[in-house]
Amino acid sequence: MAPHSSTLAWKIPWTEEPDFRMISLLTYTLKNLPNTSKWALRFCMRPLSSSSQLQAAAASQTKSKKTLAKPNIRNIVVVDGVRTPFLLSGTSYKDLMPHDLARAALSGLLHRTSVPKDVVDYIIFGTVIQEVKTSNVAREAALGAGFSDKTPAHTVTMACISSNQAMTTAVGLIASGQCDVVVAGGVELMSDIPIRHSRKMRKMMLDLNKAKTLAQRLSIISKFRLNFLSPELPAVSEFSTSETMGHSADRLAAAFAISREEQDEYALRSHSLAKKAQDEGLLSDVVPFKVPGRDTVTQDNGIRPSSLDQMAKLKPAFIKPYGTVTAANSSFLTDGASAVLIMAEEKALAMGYKPKAYLRDFMYVSQDPKDQLLLGPTYATPKVLEKAGLTMNDIDVFEFHEAFSGQILANLKAMDSDWFAQNYMGRKAKVGLPPLEKFNNWGGSLSLGHPFGATGCRLVMAAANRLRKEGGQYGLVAACAAGGQGHAMIVEAYPK
Amino acid sequence: MVASRAIGSLSRFTASRTLRCSGYICRSFTRSSALLTRTHINYGVRGDVAVIRINSPNSKVNTLSQELHSEFMEVMNEVWSSSQIRSAVLISTKPGCFIAGADLNMLNSCTTSQEVTQISQEAQKMFEKLEKSTKPVVAAINGSCLGGGLEVGIPAAFDMMLTGRGIRADRAKKMGLVDQLVEPLGPGVKPPEERTIEYLEEVAITFAKGLADKKITPKRDKGLVETFYLTELTSYALSIPFVRQQIYKKVEEKVRKQTKGLYPAPLKIIDVVKTGIEQGSNAGYLSESQTFGELAMTKESKALMGLYRGQTQCKKNKFGAPQKEVKQLAVLGAGLMGAGIAQVSVDKGLQTILKDTTLPALGRGQQQVFKGLNDKVKKKTLTSFERDAMFSNLIGQLDYRGFEKADMVIEAVFEDLNLKHRVLKEAEAVIPDHCVFASNTSALPIGEIATVSKRPEKVIGMHYFSPVDKMQLLEIITTEKTSKDTTASAVDVGLRQGKVIIVVKDGPGFYTTRCLTPMMSEVIRILQEGVGPKKLDSLTTSFGFPVGAATLVDEVGVDVAKHVAENLGKEFGERFAGGSLEMLQQMISKGFLGRKSGKGFYIYQEGVKNKNLNSDMDSILASLKMPSQPDVSSDEDIQYRLVTRFVNEAILCLQEGVLATPTEGDIGAVFGLGFPPCLGGPFHFVDLYGAQKIVDRLRKYEAAYGKQFTPCQLLVDHANNPNKKFYQ
Repeated sequence: MAPHSSTLAWKIPWTEEPDFRMISLLTYTLKNLPNTSKWALRFCMRPLSSSSQLQAAAASQTKSKKTLAKPNIRNIVVVDGVRTPFLLSGTSYKDLMPHDLARAALSGLLHRTSVPKDVVDYIIFGTVIQEVKTSNVAREAALGAGFSDKTPAHTVTMACISSNQAMTTAVGLIASGQCDVVVAGGVELMSDIPIRHSRKMRKMMLDLNKAKTLAQRLSIISKFRLNFLSPELPAVSEFSTSETMGHSADRLAAAFAISREEQDEYALRSHSLAKKAQDEGLLSDVVPFKVPGRDTVTQDNGIRPSSLDQMAKLKPAFIKPYGTVTAANSSFLTDGASAVLIMAEEKALAMGYKPKAYLRDFMYVSQDPKDQLLLGPTYATPKVLEKAGLTMNDIDVFEFHEAFSGQILANLKAMDSDWFAQNYMGRKAKVGLPPLEKFNNWGGSLSLGHPFGATGCRLVMAAANRLRKEGGQYGLVAACAAGGQGHAMIVEAYPK
Repeated sequence: MVASRAIGSLSRFTASRTLRCSGYICRSFTRSSALLTRTHINYGVRGDVAVIRINSPNSKVNTLSQELHSEFMEVMNEVWSSSQIRSAVLISTKPGCFIAGADLNMLNSCTTSQEVTQISQEAQKMFEKLEKSTKPVVAAINGSCLGGGLEVGIPAAFDMMLTGRGIRADRAKKMGLVDQLVEPLGPGVKPPEERTIEYLEEVAITFAKGLADKKITPKRDKGLVETFYLTELTSYALSIPFVRQQIYKKVEEKVRKQTKGLYPAPLKIIDVVKTGIEQGSNAGYLSESQTFGELAMTKESKALMGLYRGQTQCKKNKFGAPQKEVKQLAVLGAGLMGAGIAQVSVDKGLQTILKDTTLPALGRGQQQVFKGLNDKVKKKTLTSFERDAMFSNLIGQLDYRGFEKADMVIEAVFEDLNLKHRVLKEAEAVIPDHCVFASNTSALPIGEIATVSKRPEKVIGMHYFSPVDKMQLLEIITTEKTSKDTTASAVDVGLRQGKVIIVVKDGPGFYTTRCLTPMMSEVIRILQEGVGPKKLDSLTTSFGFPVGAATLVDEVGVDVAKHVAENLGKEFGERFAGGSLEMLQQMISKGFLGRKSGKGFYIYQEGVKNKNLNSDMDSILASLKMPSQPDVSSDEDIQYRLVTRFVNEAILCLQEGVLATPTEGDIGAVFGLGFPPCLGGPFHFVDLYGAQKIVDRLRKYEAAYGKQFTPCQLLVDHANNPNKKFYQ
């Protein structure tokens, strides 16, 4: 605990120019901590105190609502969810195919929940970089995992919120009465990506296919040039703007005047909290995966708490030489898969399950993909809260996707700014700042890893598990995604 | 680092968001209190970095005026003498503009070349001191940085000074003009422009600190020419005088070819650079300031500066804001003009319906718009995404669906009065009451088109020039019935389309066509007298016209030229006499319609650059041959026969009130018809060349040919009274 509290202090005296600091965060922290104890210390004590009846009662009294159940709409629950360990790309999963990872998540879910395979009405997976051989990776994984071949499956894609889309699609299917039991998940295997021949080469090969005579073939081959052989990589940049996400994140951080030090500190916080959660066995959604031909993988391997000094040595990764986004304060390329079992409440109860959480209101937003690429959470948060009739104070657990430290801090600053709310969101006043002591307490994408298509389910399970562990009622999940899109969802703890 | 100002100030250098540093040794004295309030320049100290902010009051741009010079020197002296300051950042607090070059008003107020030379020398001192600064100075440039402004930021601009062309920031970085680029920021907790400048300043400060602490070294310790992206080998070659002579010669040749010797500045610049390199920088500086002084006093300089002012005036809407901003535009006819108008509208975000009567015609127009946008993608001025978004502002259709929501309809159908009447009536049956109906015609009087209108106050002429996306001019024609709000609306749309606008009164040929037609009549006459098209082209281009006269007929289209000449000939009678229309008639009957039909005076082939004469024209030219009159047929006489007819007609337009101001006449002639820019337009030309000399020439030609050369009254008045000038 001690090393954490020292590294997590927000009052590090690097600051010559106090206006660049996150004063708001600092003051908030100070306001909530009348004594000199660091908030991390407090965080460590929380799990202990939260189980006390007294505090739970006090918390529930301040809620503006008892539950978010709506008349005439089915309650939808997450029975449970699992994920494979998230690994740095190019490590133990590097010889697999995406559907192998997805299958591991599905098998893990079957094992964890013991749900009879034939009960599952539908399977939906999210993925971003598609393996062309298994473009409907949901179906390939389901067949391999031994689900009934009578259970249909489809794959969705929505950048980093693909598995969020898989889950909300499931919610829609259940709410409309089409299904009772749906498995939703996501998978990403960045160790292998489809590198294609150039368009010219592809065109030549296709023409060659159609050519009937030798003369035709020769004439096509004669057009070959050496540059046809240069390969085409999957786009790392935003298609509409040609700007890479890291570059955009760096500009975003600059726009909100977020310093390198702040970003490094936030990344360090993420890694430290993840390490702690891992050590304490809180990451219970992780299921071991016996990789064929290799050892069994049991835990995430990207969690690496470092020191601020070491992080400060890294050079900017995108805007050189003066940018602030580095490898240490960005999420890394990750392999991994996740899956959750979603049911209509009455179905789950009838089957004898004790669900973990309700999936409540959700919201998708989108905005300018150039200058506001990663501000999705800022836009989605107030909308989903208003839709659910909640306020920021009602939320006990925040699980935000951490694409970059700079992105998270920019979102926090945007939510804390009246100017931003008035000029860009059409709101009278600011959204409000999520309290940091409730924020990504078990680490986030920066430290746990970010397999694009699989992160959404991890967020929901982290929120559900934290609610159970920490004793809150409402969790807020939010994420940004390429294309300038964003998502937020309310997760409500299932009564114990 | 030599005279780029004269031309630089007339063009745009948009090294937006760029940074440049030049590092030097540190020297220290005592520091005086820095926070004196000055008008243009102020500075504050952050740590050991002086942040010098340029902000000329009451102006959108910062220009290098004398006050700015002196304040800048004051500030720099304080910076250099302060022991606390180790480096400096130079930044403009105006979003989008660093320094836009020399103050033209300042140059204009000078009456002798000595005065200008003195100003130039003061500026040189400033640049020299800056260059030899003992403390690193980082120029943080956000937006346009022109001419002298570029020298402040970047004391070495070789390519720039010759062409004065615009350079994008990324290109400037590649050329080594700037060291770092800072990308513009999006929204944060304050307006993006404001935060971008702050950020630029922050980054510049870290660079300044780094330079002062020797943590960063500027990569350019080389001399003047070397910085212009040369490899080591070529830089060795340049140290050999013979090689240098060859290069000077080559550059001179190229410049001469491009300018045809009509613009003195580029050649002088080469001289100055030569002096600087061969005889040392002091001689170079001296030569620069003297040459600059001389150049500022030339007719060309006066003409170009006048043109620049005129262009600025014609970029404003003097009719005020329209009551209802046009949001939905509709263009009738997807031909060359209609599609061009659509293109310059959709790329500014204006929703545009493009209507034609057949699918192939419409498809051709849509393809033209797409190609126009796609060419910009190829040049990397647009992204493919921006192209797609712009292109989806265009709706192609064959019917009048959606016209009930149109705020303005611009018709660009064939030049046929009956057809124009028909589309006007069709459109008026569906468009809302407030909708403006604009006619794009080059010669049909708007009043006649409006005769069938139910609401003539909403009818106006908008005469675009081909190709619409390249030609800057828009001639707006008002009838006596056109309402002021309709005019305001048309000007507003034109400005949004990026046009330079003149507003003229209705009449046959309006202003531009009316000036061009007598000149064209003379072109035919000259051809009939046995001057070949190639010879005629070279005579006109060497006078300063961008396109030769015969080529111009081909470009405009022989049928169009004949149509216009006939119509206006009927109206204006003998003043438009000269050549025989029979030549055009015969060309049309043989299908020689100019570029569009592949044959005119020349033969046009796809992909062939050097066009050949159309030998089939020989028989036509021979059959219509007329004797030439030797005393008015020298090369110079031929040039002046063309130009004086043009000028005379332009002045008559002002006399008759078709033109409201000489400025609009000059802008219309230069930007719409290619009147030689170095002459500044017909009115500047009369002022600078002398009305009397022009009248004398006209009288001489009048004696030989007749009334088409009779000078108009206003021109005679100016000749009789040398104090009378169109521009005071």
